[in-house]
Amino acid sequence: MASGTIKKDSGFGIAQVILFISIAILVIFVAWPVLLILFNAFFVDGKFNSMDFYKVLTEPETFQALINSLIIASMTTVGSTIVGTFFAWLVTRTDLPYKTFMKSLFLVPFMLPSFIGALAWKMLLSPHSGYINKWFMSAFNTTEPLFDIYTYHGISCVEVMYLFPFVFIQVCGALERMDPTLEESARISGAGLFTITRKITIPLVLPSIMSGALLIMLYSMAHFGTVAVLGIEQGIYNIPTLIYEKIHESAGSFASIRTGTVLATVLIVSAACIIWAQQKVLSKGHYQIIGGKSFRPMELKLRGLRYPLLFFCLAYIGFTILLPTVVIFMVGGVETYGLPLTWENLSLNNYKYILFEYDVTRDAIFNSVTLGLAAAFITMFAGVMISYVIVKMKVRGKGILEFLGMLPFSVPGSVIALGVILAWSGQFGINIYNTVWIILVSYIARYMAFSLKANSAALEQVHDSLMEASRSCGASMWQSLKDIVIPLVRPGMISAFFLIFLPALRELTVSIMLYAPTTRTIGVAIYTLNEDGETVMSTALAGIALIIIVLGQMFINHLTKKASE
Amino acid sequence: MEDIIKVEGVAKGYGKHQVLQDLDIAIKKGECFTLLGPSGCGKTVLIRLIAGHEVPDAGKIIIDETVVADSASGEYIPPERRGLGIVFQDYAVWPHMTVFENIAYPLKMEKRPKEEINELVMKMIEVVGMKGLDKRLPSELSGGQQQRVALARALVADPSVMLLDEPLSNLDANLREEMRFEIKALQRKFGITVLFVTHDQEVALAISDRLAIMDAKGKIRQIGNPYEIFEKPADLFVFKFMGIANFVHATEKNGKFYVGNGNQEIPWEGPKGKAAQWVAGFRPSDVEIHREGPGLKGIIHRANFLGATMDYAINVDDQSLRTEIETHTAINNNLMFKEGEECYITFKALHWFDAEQLKEVEE
Repeated sequence: MASGTIKKDSGFGIAQVILFISIAILVIFVAWPVLLILFNAFFVDGKFNSMDFYKVLTEPETFQALINSLIIASMTTVGSTIVGTFFAWLVTRTDLPYKTFMKSLFLVPFMLPSFIGALAWKMLLSPHSGYINKWFMSAFNTTEPLFDIYTYHGISCVEVMYLFPFVFIQVCGALERMDPTLEESARISGAGLFTITRKITIPLVLPSIMSGALLIMLYSMAHFGTVAVLGIEQGIYNIPTLIYEKIHESAGSFASIRTGTVLATVLIVSAACIIWAQQKVLSKGHYQIIGGKSFRPMELKLRGLRYPLLFFCLAYIGFTILLPTVVIFMVGGVETYGLPLTWENLSLNNYKYILFEYDVTRDAIFNSVTLGLAAAFITMFAGVMISYVIVKMKVRGKGILEFLGMLPFSVPGSVIALGVILAWSGQFGINIYNTVWIILVSYIARYMAFSLKANSAALEQVHDSLMEASRSCGASMWQSLKDIVIPLVRPGMISAFFLIFLPALRELTVSIMLYAPTTRTIGVAIYTLNEDGETVMSTALAGIALIIIVLGQMFINHLTKKASE
Repeated sequence: MEDIIKVEGVAKGYGKHQVLQDLDIAIKKGECFTLLGPSGCGKTVLIRLIAGHEVPDAGKIIIDETVVADSASGEYIPPERRGLGIVFQDYAVWPHMTVFENIAYPLKMEKRPKEEINELVMKMIEVVGMKGLDKRLPSELSGGQQQRVALARALVADPSVMLLDEPLSNLDANLREEMRFEIKALQRKFGITVLFVTHDQEVALAISDRLAIMDAKGKIRQIGNPYEIFEKPADLFVFKFMGIANFVHATEKNGKFYVGNGNQEIPWEGPKGKAAQWVAGFRPSDVEIHREGPGLKGIIHRANFLGATMDYAINVDDQSLRTEIETHTAINNNLMFKEGEECYITFKALHWFDAEQLKEVEE
């Protein structure tokens, strides 16, 4: 080693700079908007005022929205947990035919945006004009519809259809990873299958079931789409839809912003509580006996019930996935809504029109694709950097970043939208309200959690010694990042990219609160066209969106399959 | 010979846990120096400090007469400019690069011309016995082969010092033995200084020119060549760490030393120096067993046939000790004892230690 080449190191300065930039990103995009909401909710004329917070909260309209959110979320949670756990048990612990295929079928609802599903069910089961209800009323000569979708039950049922995979996937994972020797030893000790299930299996997977249920609770409380499509007609508002209604109708008056911030605060607090409870449940249920290895679990022989149960599963999928999808594509093909769905009435004219001629939908597709790409790119790179600091770097002040990194996971979409409005519409010198930029900013905040999750998982796989080895081989910190770390986390980055791009394509909750006439996204266009009575255009666009989503999902599956080979 | 690495008064702690304190070590140019100590004693921390992956809280590290880390002046030279070759415990072979690319990396960082890189890498691949595997990815290699890639990568740029952090601990027993001879051969061939870290005393004795014994608190107990360490242990910790050891408590009466509380005098020269209580330390192989006296009379408490050797546990006046004897020797000399039989023992070697040290080690 020639002593002439030795200089004082500057690497420690760089670490501080990266840490600072990472903190700044999370503060600007996530923490600051949330703080503004809390500030606006609790401070009136610059003074702390919790009485006023209470007053707004107990106004009949606001209070009803709170109650509605709770009712819908509870029903959805109970329903999804039962459905998800039952199907998970069926595909992991019984000799159901075609189990692997059935398992992948149960994950399909993940792809279907729930507000598009809600749209389909509205066309099928709206009390007077829904196709099923109309058929029922004429067939049985009655004026009572078979099922009214514009109710708490209706809304919850639709949410269950598209949310149960959250429980399904968690419980499947737990059941598959569970060491079968635990059950076998119980069996050797003389316990029957029923006792084993009750005393061994259920207690062991209970944490996973609970954690999935809490996830659905969180998601449903903050869920906009289904309630907006099915509830508003009957005056059923939940927290997010009321926030939207308030901001939308009053064009940003102080009173409505305040109501919005109070409601958003309730969402933030509930989200924080739910996430805390989930962590608690998971850490308590962190039994060592659920190992990482895959075993061959004990299977229940269904005997005569094998094919009836398979048929039941297929019927469930057909009813909740196939039927709504078919309705979307068919209604998208008729000239005006209400015409009978016969071959003579169907054509591709609507699809041609919205793709090539109608500027609202053309703009929407262009906006969603460019916004999705931009948000995915930016969030992916920001996510790598922030995860790198959290997972790999040893710098002082990392604790702040770890705390801030938790935030994106617990801030619901409508909260982000409201916070972004408060932060970026001129009060602080920058006004991007009514432009695509404000939507981009909110997408970055909304999807940061996905990016952090995918990238930290990838980075945790990269052992520290790999980078230390390259440093000792003469590579600087930047060179090592370029040659070693980035190539190794690339799969994580790509998956982060698509985890953001695909949901962003169909995003509704955030963009509905931020759109301007020229900045509609696909989700907004579908929703507003439907509101304006342009049902066929709206459904045709929903059909196009479904095709894009399915193609995108197939592309990801192809990529991840290739990466795992 | 001059010192190539000097560690002076180095300390390092994590939070409240102080790993190293006031540590001094000097490694001579061209030697194979081993740091031997129990797991968690701070050996790896020391190697990381020398490599530059950690910064010392106090003290100074000098490599080749250049100060690379000095907490007093704030001097710190990053790992990439220390010119060391390192082999990590988990190999740290980059999974996305082929064998060739892995080994070529240090040369690429030196911006050597392409033909030269090619030539040097291919030569190195041959030296470590990996000919024909240059296009393989690490996932297609066995543990031992990955180890060779790591070695080749550490050696290819001709570093003045190579640091090896428990490089054999992830290999199976046979491979471990093979690799330790190969590392020694490579070291001789390249005339390179090696700092080797391990918790395996057999490897340490086989490979080292000199070794340092570290205790669990990160303190160096003894530095010396393998014979010194094995034959003249500085204290009871070193003696115990270097292999199975018997400790027999002794009572002093009128300047003579007796086993336990009995009245058999230990047939060895008494200890020098001062201690309130003494223990005699000796290895099972240092005990000679006989049918008849002279020697300490004992009872065979347990006889264990281990194939090549017989292993006896013997009670002498309530003190238990172990001995081993080659099976053939035992058969030829009528020394196959049964449990409960009487025997007599003498010693080939014996060390006296302060009984306080035994308490400390057993804590």
